[in-house]
This record gives sequence, structure tokens and C-alpha cells, in this order.
Amino acid sequence: MEPINKISGKIAPLPMNDVDTDQIIPARFLKTTNKDGLGQQCFFDWRYTADGGLREDFILNQPEYQDASVLIAGNNFGCGSSREHAPWALQGMGWKAVVSTEFADIFRNNSLKNGLIPIIVDDETHRQLMSLAEEDPTTEVSINLEDQQLILPDGRKVEFPIDGFSKYCLLNGVDQLGYLMGLEDEIVEYEGSHDKRVVTTA
Amino acid sequence: MGNQSTPQTLFEKVWNNHIIRPQTETTPAALYIDLHLVHEVTSPQAFSLLRERGLKVRRPDQTLGTMDHSTPTTPRNDLGIIPVLDMQASAQLDQFTKNCEDFGIPMYSLGTENQGIVHVIGPEQGFTQPGMTIVCGDSHTSTHGAFGALAFGIGTSEVGHVLATQTLLQYKPKTMAVRVNGTLADGVVAKDIILAVIAKIGVGGGTGHVFEYMGSAIRNLSMEGRMTICNMSIEGGARAGMVAPDETTFEWVNGRPYAPQGADFDKAVEFWRTLPSDEGAQFDAEVVLNADELIPMITYGTNPGMGMPIDGRVPDPDKQATVSERMAMDKALTYMGLQPNEPLLGKKVDVVFLGSCTNSRISDLRLAAKMMDGQKVADDVRMMVVPGSQQVKKQAEQEGLDEIFKAAGAEWREAGCSMCIAMNGDQLAPGQYAVSTSNRNFEGRQGKGGRTFLASPLTAAATAINGHITDPRTLYVPEMA
Repeated sequence: MEPINKISGKIAPLPMNDVDTDQIIPARFLKTTNKDGLGQQCFFDWRYTADGGLREDFILNQPEYQDASVLIAGNNFGCGSSREHAPWALQGMGWKAVVSTEFADIFRNNSLKNGLIPIIVDDETHRQLMSLAEEDPTTEVSINLEDQQLILPDGRKVEFPIDGFSKYCLLNGVDQLGYLMGLEDEIVEYEGSHDKRVVTTA
Repeated sequence: MGNQSTPQTLFEKVWNNHIIRPQTETTPAALYIDLHLVHEVTSPQAFSLLRERGLKVRRPDQTLGTMDHSTPTTPRNDLGIIPVLDMQASAQLDQFTKNCEDFGIPMYSLGTENQGIVHVIGPEQGFTQPGMTIVCGDSHTSTHGAFGALAFGIGTSEVGHVLATQTLLQYKPKTMAVRVNGTLADGVVAKDIILAVIAKIGVGGGTGHVFEYMGSAIRNLSMEGRMTICNMSIEGGARAGMVAPDETTFEWVNGRPYAPQGADFDKAVEFWRTLPSDEGAQFDAEVVLNADELIPMITYGTNPGMGMPIDGRVPDPDKQATVSERMAMDKALTYMGLQPNEPLLGKKVDVVFLGSCTNSRISDLRLAAKMMDGQKVADDVRMMVVPGSQQVKKQAEQEGLDEIFKAAGAEWREAGCSMCIAMNGDQLAPGQYAVSTSNRNFEGRQGKGGRTFLASPLTAAATAINGHITDPRTLYVPEMA
């Protein structure tokens, strides 16, 4: 994974709460065994008409949002299934960060493992960003991961939470598996001192 | 008071029992995983990661695979095989077979005797036991919490982590007590409890928390009922939901193929009895529901939190407190083709789906079959009955439940996730209405443009008979208890 620290980009609005992962990537696209092509399928049923044309009523289809990379989403974004295809699809569509007032737990975990930055802000900042995104599609924000700051067009810096471990992994471009592999001694010790609860191969 | 005597919750006991390295200010806790369940849809990229890095599966003997999500539920051919006609699904299933073979993981292949929905087979075979940590790349892994296990869904990266190390990095979640006291009336079942809980707290209400369901109404439920409830914890935003193990649990687990046997079982029970939350244990939040007041529930909208008593009227978006709630409800009602203040009773439906990891166990099928015995599915209604596993299917056939469903005009199908997730060709056509015993009514969840009302197996059966949304209490007879 590439190290991530600073992100700058235009913002785009998705002003609805509780967007579930079935909307982000419909289940019929989960019959894949890799991560290719998911970007084209992101928000598929909101993006396309039955004959494959772009739906005009879907806000992210508007031409002025096509080069946006920071999604301003509603509360509880990413609820529903555990499919990691959701952050894969969002990244494939070009999103680098998602800003909301709350994210569903599994989606947030999955996003952090893939370098899609979930940014939680307060209601007031969120309202401001949503209005800006709707009124002026040229609006840009920047994100400084090291300082955990979202920098608004007026220069205001809004701090956002991220756990130290995920931040370390993102800044250094390392994934969590390496850390887990380093726990070998502790894992062996645990296995040696605890009875196995179940044996599936018996 | 010393640490030893601090009262602990069920969750804390299971969590503490599995800590390999404690959480610090800079790192999450490393948690040992007792059982890892894998299926064809969320595992391929994890196996690819293992291959890329030259890693083995650390504990194939604590890992179990089954095919369920993209598998057809159509009848077997003359050779007794369930043909997979979807080329992409077929390739995915072949890849899963190869992955399990290459890495030495036992796997229940399509149509074999123990195959079925991952959250049905775990408990059924006795893999799922109190006090365990259980994960799967599937958000409904919360189901297994019904046994007092800590069980939750993980993403594919984490599937890779557990395959390679049997360990997972986690921050300790908060706890929420969900107290349900009182007695359920005739015709009101576990599904109605959980739909009422989610309607009360909303789909994000449990975010960051693990639920513990407690109270007399939960104690009086069967294991299947408790599984239905824990299954939908994630629909309230909680990754896991748990019920303290008790005699009902021990009796259910006893004798299952992979459960401890004989003296080992007695020893296990002794341990399991130490798991329930201590007197005075503290929860971070609490929600209370009175089972006495509960009637059958149904959803009207496009998330499981948009639920109401079945005799209610669709809410009016204009009467919602905030702009975003108004917008969300407006959008949901437009998708569902419903009007504000419209009653749902009497609403015509096209499809009834009885199945899914929420409600496809033998007791669910028995309940629906008792209501449908001697009855007919209404004209123009398609009813699909999809048992949760091959074992459930076999049991139901031994009891003659399949004959009741077939005589009524319902489809009796092979086991799998089927129209809950609609990846396998079992799906609604655009615009169709369904009453479904599954767990999600999201837009397009059961087929693009399909419109889902979530309800209990009893409500589903009653609706199938009448062809329109029906309060099951109107068809209820005491033998159904």
C-alpha cells in the first residue's frame, strides 16, 4: 500500500443518511474473485438506468462532480453488510476520503485497511460542507492525516479522530498483517495455555 | 475493590479470555479467534493475499468453509447434483473449492449433507459454543452470539488476518443492555422483538456497541428464537449481540457432532455457567422493551429501522423531526410506492420468501407449516421456502413439512442464502412486493427494483395464504405455540 498523508480534492455531496453497502456495491457484483472493475459498479443502481444510461437524478452523475475525490456523505454511511467490496468500489470510482457524522463499524474498519479515509466531523461542519458541495462544486478541501486535520476552504482546520494504529499504518503504507505476524510468540503461548474449543477437521 | 471482584459482563468475560496482547494507547487489542467460518463470496481476495505472501492458514482445524451465498437453490438433476448455470458463480465456487483444498480447510460443498447457510450450520453441527470467539466475512455472524459467544462480521482483509494468524486486531467496543421483559402474546415471535428493538433505536443506534439481550422474554425463547434476535443485531448497528448461556443453551448444544461429548461436555458446561454477566456488571447503554405490549411487526421502508406494528399506518415524512429524516423517509416511501398514513394490512404482495440466516431453521419452517397446513398460497403469489441447510431440509422432509408447503403451492427449494441477498438468481422483479423473513429491506437487496417488507415467518405464512399483508393473529390457532 502507498503511504498516505496529504489529500486535496474537490468535494461532492451525497445528502442522505444510512447509505448501506448494498447501494454502494449491489450484491450481484460480488461474484468476483478479485477487486477489478468494482469502481464501474459503485452505486450502480443509483447511477445507471435499466438500459445503461446515466441517471440524471443521481447527484454524483452531474458533470461538475466528475473529478471530485472527497465524498460528503450522510450519517451512518456504510451500514449493512461486511463486504469490503464497498471501499474497493468507492476507491475504484475515485474517492479518497469520505466525510460523515458517523460511519458503520465494519465499513470504517474496512476503509481504513484500504486507505480510504473515513473522516468524522461534527454536525455543524458537516452541514457547512454539504452546503458548500451542493452550492459550489469547485470547492476543495485538504486532509492532513499526520495532524488529523480537515482543512476547509476558509482555512479553518477541523480535527478528526482516527486510531493511532490505523494512522501509523496509513502514513507508512504498511498493512496490519505484518504486525499480527510479529505476535507469533504470544499466539503460540496462548494456544499452549488454552484448550482448543473446537476442531473442525475431526 | 480489586480487579478480581469487579463485576463483569458476559462480553467482557469472553473478550478477556481471548486477549493475546492487551489494547494500549497506540495499538488495538490482539484477540484470539476460536472459530473462523468462510464462504465463497468474501474470501477469494484473502486467499490471494496468502498466496502472494507465501503464507499458510495457521489453523485449518479451527476453520470451516461452506458454500451458501452465490449457490442456486434450484432442484437437483438426475445425478443428484445441483447445477450451477451462472458462469461467474460457478467460477467463484470452483475457486473456493480450490482454496479450501490447497490450504487444508474442511468445506461443505454445494448439495452435500451438511452444507447450508454459514450461520445455520455452525450451531447445527455444534461448532458454535458458549464463550467462544467466532468470526466470518459476513455481518450476520452476530447470529452465533445467541450461545453466549462473541461473534461478529469482518471484512476480507481481516479474513486474511485470521487465516494467517488466527488473531484479529480489535478495539474494545462498548456494551448495551437490551432488556426485554414480559410475555409474548400468541402469534408474536422473536422476529417481532428484534424488529421492534431496531425500530426503537434505529439502524445506527448500536454503532460501536455489543448488545447483550436479557430479560424474561429472552430467557423464555428457544435457541432458534435467540439466533433470530442476535442475527439482526447488525441491523441495529451493533457488530455483535449476545445472550447469556443457560439450560436452554446447554440442552441445545448437547449431542451435536462437534460439541464436547460425555465428561468433556459436563466440564464444558461447568465453564459455560461462569459466563453470564455478574450481578452489578455495568453497561455503557441500555434499551428496554416490554414484550407484553408487542404485536407482530413489519417494515415499511428501505432499512430495517423503518418498522412498525403490523396494524399501524405508514408514517408521514412531513411529521419527522429533522430535514434529513424527512428526506430519508420521503425517498424510502417513493421507492416502496407507499403513501403516508397508508395501512399495510391488506396490501397485495407478489412474493413471499421464507428463509435466510434469520428465519430458515426447523422451528421457523414448523411454525409456517402449521399455519399453512391444508391451506393454499393465494393466486398470483409466489412463495419460496428455502431451508437454511441440507440438515434442516432433511429434517423438514422427515416431518412432512415439505409436503405441506408443496400442497399449498409453495416452492420447496435447496438450502442457501437465496433471495435474502439475491446473488443466485432468486430475486424479485422490478416493482414487485415481497414479505420476507430475511433481515434487510434495502433498495434492490432482493432484486433490482424489488420492494421488501420484513416480517416473521408467521406473518409471511399468513400473507401467503391471503395474498395480502395479514396479521398472523387472525389465522393463529393454539397448536402453533
